[in-house]
Amino acid sequence: MNILPMSGRARVLGDDVNTDYIISSRRKKETIDPRVLRAYLLEDVDPDFAGSVRAGDILVAGANFGCGSAMEVAVTVVLGAGIRAVVARSFSRTYLRNAMNNGLLPVIADTAAVREGDALSLALDAHGRLLLDNHRDDPVECAPIAPFMVEVLDMGGLVPYLREHGGFRVRS
Amino acid sequence: MSAQTLSEKILSRAAGRRVRAGELAICTPDLAMGTDGSIPMALDYLESMRPGGGAPRFPRRLVFALDHYGAASGPQAQALQARARDYAARHGIRCHDEGEGIGHQLILESGEARPGLLMVGADSHSTSYGAVGAFATGIGSSDLAGVLLCGQIWLKVPESLRVVLDGRLRGNASAKDVALLLARRCGADGAAYQALEFTGPGVASLDMDDRIVLANMAVELGAKAGIFPFDGVAEAWLRPRTTAPLGPVAADPGARYAGTMDLDLAAVVPQMALPHRVDQVVDADAVPYRTVDLVYLGTCTGGRVKDYREALEVLRRGGIAPGVRVVVTPASAAVRAELERNGMLAELAALGAEIRPPGCGVCCGTCGAVPADGATVVSTANRNFKGRMGNAAASIFLASPRVCAAAAARGSIGGKPGGQA
Repeated sequence: MNILPMSGRARVLGDDVNTDYIISSRRKKETIDPRVLRAYLLEDVDPDFAGSVRAGDILVAGANFGCGSAMEVAVTVVLGAGIRAVVARSFSRTYLRNAMNNGLLPVIADTAAVREGDALSLALDAHGRLLLDNHRDDPVECAPIAPFMVEVLDMGGLVPYLREHGGFRVRS
Repeated sequence: MSAQTLSEKILSRAAGRRVRAGELAICTPDLAMGTDGSIPMALDYLESMRPGGGAPRFPRRLVFALDHYGAASGPQAQALQARARDYAARHGIRCHDEGEGIGHQLILESGEARPGLLMVGADSHSTSYGAVGAFATGIGSSDLAGVLLCGQIWLKVPESLRVVLDGRLRGNASAKDVALLLARRCGADGAAYQALEFTGPGVASLDMDDRIVLANMAVELGAKAGIFPFDGVAEAWLRPRTTAPLGPVAADPGARYAGTMDLDLAAVVPQMALPHRVDQVVDADAVPYRTVDLVYLGTCTGGRVKDYREALEVLRRGGIAPGVRVVVTPASAAVRAELERNGMLAELAALGAEIRPPGCGVCCGTCGAVPADGATVVSTANRNFKGRMGNAAASIFLASPRVCAAAAARGSIGGKPGGQA
């Protein structure tokens, strides 16, 4: 995968972080521009979060990340803040789709050992397994990503994919 | 050939080949919906996919609903809304304008949700259409853009979780209590990536309003869809709304499920979700005492005629307690018109309720009655996340119309001050 290996600082969140928490609907009605909205990233969870995010940070969450509304600004605002990957124990299905479609790498893995500020890396090993490493504990094997999804992610998301192909390439 | 779940059956038809749970399928949806909350972003994506954007592949398979924003949402929101309206007008897409109601309700009312269809909507509560036997799921704006561009979408065929209903609801219990009880049992991700398929002898006792509530709130368990079999009840409701052929859809006997959950409707008692989680649910009479500031009767979950009828049964006896603000937003103009015809709207207004235009705004905090700092809200809505109604300093409890109305009448929820339940 083009976007791997990746490394960055862990920003740790809890379970069931919903899309309203990632970006409030009351902000989204003003604009859908992620460069503006990034200032309000996760404001209802931690008002200081947006100010402390650095480009290249990796979001780390527990179960059901991105539950609730299917609003896609909850993905673009994360990308707008310079974050390229979210690692979670599980995702809500709409967030997972939206992330894939926008080229934000959604990784499913056991995140229990990751601590705030850890230097994380995500990389494929010699067997093609995706590993999450916090450089303190043993690396954690992540859920595999389906070939079609790898193709979409490698192209940068659904927009470049459909721009290139004009439609879905149906495989048997 | 192996037996198929209802989800596998519908997705197989939409994919043009026989698919099984776990497979990735390229599907052609029969209908896609978008809202003013999701369409503008979809149009941005479409323009990035194809310079100039251009016409949708299948304009007749699209429905737009301008339901998230209103005059009170401000000029930027209205500009976003105008983009959606203009695109619809230019390309002959059916568009329900602001004030007509919540898209999900409008699509159900107009007979556009039908058994066996694959329906996608750029709004998470699109699962509502499962009430009539459609496979219906929420998508984002980029997926909607893909549907505009090529008429197709990628979907992973979900495993199905069978929910076997027995008995019938009794006393003050309602479909909302069943939905909250399912969230209580399963958790907010208990059905993640799965489809809920409702079945069992109890289904026949649920009317369409009940089924819409359960399909609507399937997403609060993380489900991809919540589907009911198409039976006589559904047919009697849908037949006057459409001239399209209506065929039965049901799972094959012997289909494989990820799990089965049994639920005795007769044992359901009123439930309440505590702030700020839909799955933090207790029996309504076990909630600690608390005074109430705002009671909200509306949304795609609790804004239909039956909901107001049940609420009024309580309010007629108890009135509205001093200091409680009751806000009513019927789910659609048609619901509102029926409430006018049968006198219920006048009754609600005479009791002191504030009647507001149909739409999503109050529920998601984009326009309307934003609760004050520290306010306690009791609502018929489907979500109670912090900040959901536009103020992170408010606390939202979710309950059935009857329980919400009782809170309005008493001015409080839970046991007496002092701690008794």
